[in-house]
Amino acid sequence: MAKNKTILYAAILAFTFIAPFAFPAFGTQLATLWLMIIVALTWDMTGGQMGYNSLGNIFFYGTGMYVAALISIGMVYDIGDYTNAAGGGIYKFTDLQYFGGLALGVLGAGLFCSVVAVVIGYLTFGLRGPYFAIGTLGVAIAAGELVSNWDWVGGGQGIALPVYPGDLDTGKIFFYFLFAAVGVSTFLFAKWLYGTRFGAAINAIRDDEEKADAMGIHTLRYKLYTWAMAAFFVGLAGGISAFQLIHFEPLESAYQTINLGIFMVVCVLLGGKGTLWGPVIGAILFHLFKEVTWNYLLGWQWVALGALIVVTVVYFQDGVMGYLMHRYPELFGIKVDEKTREEVA
Amino acid sequence: MSDIIINVQNVSKSFGGVQANTNVTMQVETGGITGLIGPNGSGKTTLFNSIVGYHPIDGGSIQFEGQEISKLPVQQIARRGLLRTFQQTRIYGAMNGIENMLISLPHRKMKIWDALKTYTREDYERADHLLEFVGLYEKRMLKSGDLSFGQQKLLEFAMALMNEPTCLLLDEPTAGINPTLINGLIDRLKRANTEFGITLFVIEHNMRVIMNMAETIYCLAHGELLAQGTPDEIQNDQRVIDAYLGAH
Repeated sequence: MAKNKTILYAAILAFTFIAPFAFPAFGTQLATLWLMIIVALTWDMTGGQMGYNSLGNIFFYGTGMYVAALISIGMVYDIGDYTNAAGGGIYKFTDLQYFGGLALGVLGAGLFCSVVAVVIGYLTFGLRGPYFAIGTLGVAIAAGELVSNWDWVGGGQGIALPVYPGDLDTGKIFFYFLFAAVGVSTFLFAKWLYGTRFGAAINAIRDDEEKADAMGIHTLRYKLYTWAMAAFFVGLAGGISAFQLIHFEPLESAYQTINLGIFMVVCVLLGGKGTLWGPVIGAILFHLFKEVTWNYLLGWQWVALGALIVVTVVYFQDGVMGYLMHRYPELFGIKVDEKTREEVA
Repeated sequence: MSDIIINVQNVSKSFGGVQANTNVTMQVETGGITGLIGPNGSGKTTLFNSIVGYHPIDGGSIQFEGQEISKLPVQQIARRGLLRTFQQTRIYGAMNGIENMLISLPHRKMKIWDALKTYTREDYERADHLLEFVGLYEKRMLKSGDLSFGQQKLLEFAMALMNEPTCLLLDEPTAGINPTLINGLIDRLKRANTEFGITLFVIEHNMRVIMNMAETIYCLAHGELLAQGTPDEIQNDQRVIDAYLGAH
């Protein structure tokens, strides 16, 4: 069993390396797939493992974009001048300034989002269930509106970052590997985290928070840490996206609540909440579905997407992994009392 | 006063017009087993909830190990080592017995980096040991939600022991448990008290159980303290008998 797993992981890793070269036409698509996997995995940290369904995780994506961009610009130019001169002045970045700014910007974005998650979490984790979802959604929407009225960061026009210095096809592969690296790290981090006492504690919060309280678990502390960890990876992904997209603006690309903000939830529901592989499988299925409908059902793509959401939520709540666990519990090491199985069947 | 672990002084609690507890005063002795009885609706569970911090009390004082706890939230009280089980059992139903036990490790004794470790062999051994102690070892790999109510109750008790409390408040530990298993449970509760040194404070309707276990018994009726004393005194107290027969 362990051997099979090693082979599986090795195969996936090998595919990760080969994919952008084997399918050069899909370079950006594959990068976006990794982005989906990252946001789905991190959404599942709070939504699936801890039972706090946030609709505001997109906030960290958008904030990550802005922080990364502002750090990389601010290291070289005055930010006010830079954003003010959109379309006017010419700002050049050397290779060192570009890559240095990218590295520091992306890392800074992750760290900044972590800190912000603790602050927002402190204010919103008193909310439960749907109230938490709506509360966090409000944070994301408000942030988008605030930023789009903040001239110093470019207002509604957003920010235009320097273009990748060098061959643009190489750039695509570069960004693919950045996303893939963050994606693999996120996966490994989640895999490790869920095996620790910390992971068990957040599961306890999901299953019965009052009981967890009564057992003396530091529920608020664990909730804040978990969200901060999730926000870190989303912030990194946002930062990379900023450089990949080159130009972004607040409402449609940074704080895109109705796009990526909802997609990440759908990915997790589709793949299976509260499982390690669910978000990954869900992200892949969802991305495929989305690209296929956007290409072949153009005009109806949002209808198809809505139908997918409705079908998932109504008929397929446990997702792919949940279905498999229910159907073949032995594969997952779950033991079922023979009596109860007969009752279920 | 050093041998008093929980000191409840003149505690009152009302919900709207319902006076659930009125000027209740009682002491739980360190290291002993104290019982709390009373007819349905007499305010026993309300008092438990007040002690562990589920709701603010209207007046009076509650001290645990000499410190005022009546204004503290639930988790902080739990982290001082004062734990309770629920009348309607609360376990993590989607997980198996072992997982339920491991989650119950005392987080108050962990720093954050301890929490980021995986479970040790000792943790597993302790979980197995305690599951065996309550007689659930055979069922440890089953989903806890599939266990019978009585078994879930035993599991909750084992989880509480896993948490290494100083004092444990048990809300009707024998309710819903098969009568043939009750003797075994009495024995286990007593052993938890003597072997693990956990002070027990027990709400119980089953008179046989409480009279066999407790050293001191308090009786509530209509939210007021009706009587207190040794099991013998309580059994022969005419007010207690009247309260249970509805003459009060």
